[in-house]
Amino acid sequence: MPETAIVLRVRGVRKTYGGVAALRDADVDIRRGEVHCLAGENGSGKSTLIKIVSGVEQPDSGTITLDGHDVGRLTPTRAVELGIQVIHQDLSLFPNLSVAENIAMVARVASRRRLVSRRDAMALARATTERLGVSLDLGERVENLPVAQRQLAAICRAFAHDAKVLFMDEPTTALTWREVDALLALVDTLRAEGLAVVFVSHKLEEVFRISDRVTVLRNGEVVHAGEVKDLDRPTLVRVMTGQDVTEDRDVTGLPPDARPVLETRGLGRRHEFAGVSFSVRAGEVVGLTGLLGSGRTEIAEAIFGMRPADTGDILVDGEPVRVRSVHDAIRAGIAYVPGDRLTQGVFLGQSIRRNLIAGSIDRLISRSGRLRGEAVQRTVTTAVESLRIKTSDVSAPVRTLSGGNQQRVVLGKWLARSPRVLVLNSPTVGVDIGSKEGILQVLRDRARAGMGVLVISDDVPELVSVCHRVLVVRRGRVVDEITSDRMSVQAVTDGLTG
Amino acid sequence: MRLSRLRGENNEGLLAGLIILLVLMMGVVEPGFLGPATLTNVVRSLLVDLTFALGMLVVIISGGIDVSFTAIAIFSGYGVIVLMNDLGADGTVWPFALAALAGAVLGGLNAAMVAGLRLPTLIVTLGTQGIVRGALIAFVGSQYLSNLPTGLESLARSDLFAVTTGGGTARMTLLALPVAVLCVLVALLLRSTMLGRSIYAIGGDVESARRVGIRVGRVQTFVYLFAGALAGFGGLMHVTLSRQANPYDLVGSELDVIAAVVIGGASIFGGRGSVLGTVLGVTLIAVINNSLVLLGVPSAWQRLAVGLLVLLGVGLQALGQGRRKSPPILAEVRS
Repeated sequence: MPETAIVLRVRGVRKTYGGVAALRDADVDIRRGEVHCLAGENGSGKSTLIKIVSGVEQPDSGTITLDGHDVGRLTPTRAVELGIQVIHQDLSLFPNLSVAENIAMVARVASRRRLVSRRDAMALARATTERLGVSLDLGERVENLPVAQRQLAAICRAFAHDAKVLFMDEPTTALTWREVDALLALVDTLRAEGLAVVFVSHKLEEVFRISDRVTVLRNGEVVHAGEVKDLDRPTLVRVMTGQDVTEDRDVTGLPPDARPVLETRGLGRRHEFAGVSFSVRAGEVVGLTGLLGSGRTEIAEAIFGMRPADTGDILVDGEPVRVRSVHDAIRAGIAYVPGDRLTQGVFLGQSIRRNLIAGSIDRLISRSGRLRGEAVQRTVTTAVESLRIKTSDVSAPVRTLSGGNQQRVVLGKWLARSPRVLVLNSPTVGVDIGSKEGILQVLRDRARAGMGVLVISDDVPELVSVCHRVLVVRRGRVVDEITSDRMSVQAVTDGLTG
Repeated sequence: MRLSRLRGENNEGLLAGLIILLVLMMGVVEPGFLGPATLTNVVRSLLVDLTFALGMLVVIISGGIDVSFTAIAIFSGYGVIVLMNDLGADGTVWPFALAALAGAVLGGLNAAMVAGLRLPTLIVTLGTQGIVRGALIAFVGSQYLSNLPTGLESLARSDLFAVTTGGGTARMTLLALPVAVLCVLVALLLRSTMLGRSIYAIGGDVESARRVGIRVGRVQTFVYLFAGALAGFGGLMHVTLSRQANPYDLVGSELDVIAAVVIGGASIFGGRGSVLGTVLGVTLIAVINNSLVLLGVPSAWQRLAVGLLVLLGVGLQALGQGRRKSPPILAEVRS
């Protein structure tokens, strides 16, 4: 490969935060017309690297060259002008502006023009979407678009201004299978246009499907760089985590007399879902899958009383229960770990201890209304040990934990109530591979202890790995049930995409 | 579909309809209301608030709030009069330029704290209000001045045009002209300049704005300097139109202006709002106040009416959000 093909060259970049090295002498080469995967677990230094090449943070030492020229001191504005674009996980779009104006914004900033017009923005947006073969309602405000289309708008925006290198941070997290396919096809188009696309992801399937080369970071160091075709899945996982991690199916057989702990009969809500009948037996892990917008989350929220069902019955331990509110559901022994951990599941600024007892305070207070210190301590210790939460100090805020450990805290909060049924929505989104398996193991353990577990997810390998059965939801109805004898990644994927 | 388009992007159509309805109703109750005199009176009564509201609009779109503008306004307006009296100077145009400049300098205090130190705008501008007001009374003067320099005195009496009808003469004050020009300029700024679009972008999402390379600090600095300049200009206009300089004026009436901007469809969370909406919001409040005065309704009721309107305006915004519901998921079974 000739030297000129390298568009972005990072050499010896080092960055420390308060004495902790986030990046140690990292070398990365990105070539024109390639899809490069930047892989690594949370905290491996991927985000720091992105911040440095996009001018948000200044490195302590090291150089960055673009097309052979040292870029010097980067600012966000300078990085954009040079053609370094980052599509952040939150997309960083302007919800209040039209799609066209969002697409034109980067080009406008870079052009340093003082006057702008709607017509120019529209023309640029139209030209860009046509070139990429994307169809978007350009006049609509971004806040009215579904997530997948916002993603497309963000890509168009990066592309509209002659980007040379495009970083995409976890671009598929909020997308469903079919949308991921569309996105990957678009990335192919970008590659054909000569752009260097850097994909930051820890979904391994995508790494193998789309990337030409991969750079793996671990603890701030580049531990591997090379062609993707020279790697296989277990090797990549080992390089990323530094240890052997299994992703194999691990499901304990159920006793034939296992009683259902949760049953729904003809559950429905207007315009959202109807005729949903299924059961989860004691010791069983049941998957509920479907594309984003299929109604899978709505069903889970109805079971937990967040948005109660209009019709049908919910039974816990064979007894009909009336679930009109979250309070009803908790009293009936149902626990729910929401999909959006950060806004619904955890008090980020509060201590680990407080978060762990937040779900069971009513059981921890004495007659006089004070917290019983001993009982609190017992609850917290049990949770930290049984969930293997990695922390030396339970009074530290949850914010200081990694994504995987935060998710364990959310789990711990609910497990402290020892519920009959545990409902989880996308339990491992944003959690890295090493911690993911740990969380799935917690679910297996709880099921073995007699709890009924319902997992809502579209992460197929995860479902196959942990579930006894998988129910497929499409357009508000359960359309398929994949039982243990049919269970495979292919079967669930086929069910999902219908 | 067509109906929703009539409503306008920020309920402008609805507001215009409400104003027309109100005027027609008043015309029925009080036939004298539908005349040129009402128009010129209403315009005269809203000019100062409209000037403030334009500054407030820009601040609110950028995602901030400013409660210091009344203090800045009266400081600049009163200060210029004191200075003119001390120097024995007279004029019409330069005092306004000076007042705007003084306002911009005081607005710089907000700019430094908001853009430089990234402090919350409500707290910063509350602090500025206290400082500016205190400094005015302590250092500039606390006396009520009943005589203005002759240049400003005659400006207050100058008409853009006058219409004489059977009921008397309706005079449109000359000061309506600069305010109209300001409206057009702010509309152009917001619509067709990169600076204006950056203000919307920042109001939509500050972090995203930073990431696409918008110099957020610079834009915010402009916003608070500009709001300060408009406040200063409006302050001297208030002094001129009321033909007296009272250092205790204006402060306390911030909410009327904020209310007008919010009724005009600007989102209190930033990123949304228009000059047309603001003009209509200010007009609606002026028409209501005028009508109630004409009907002899006590001023307490005016406060009540404005309060109700604010809730109505915010409620409509919330309803507007609700209408854009996602389509149904469930494929209904056709029988």
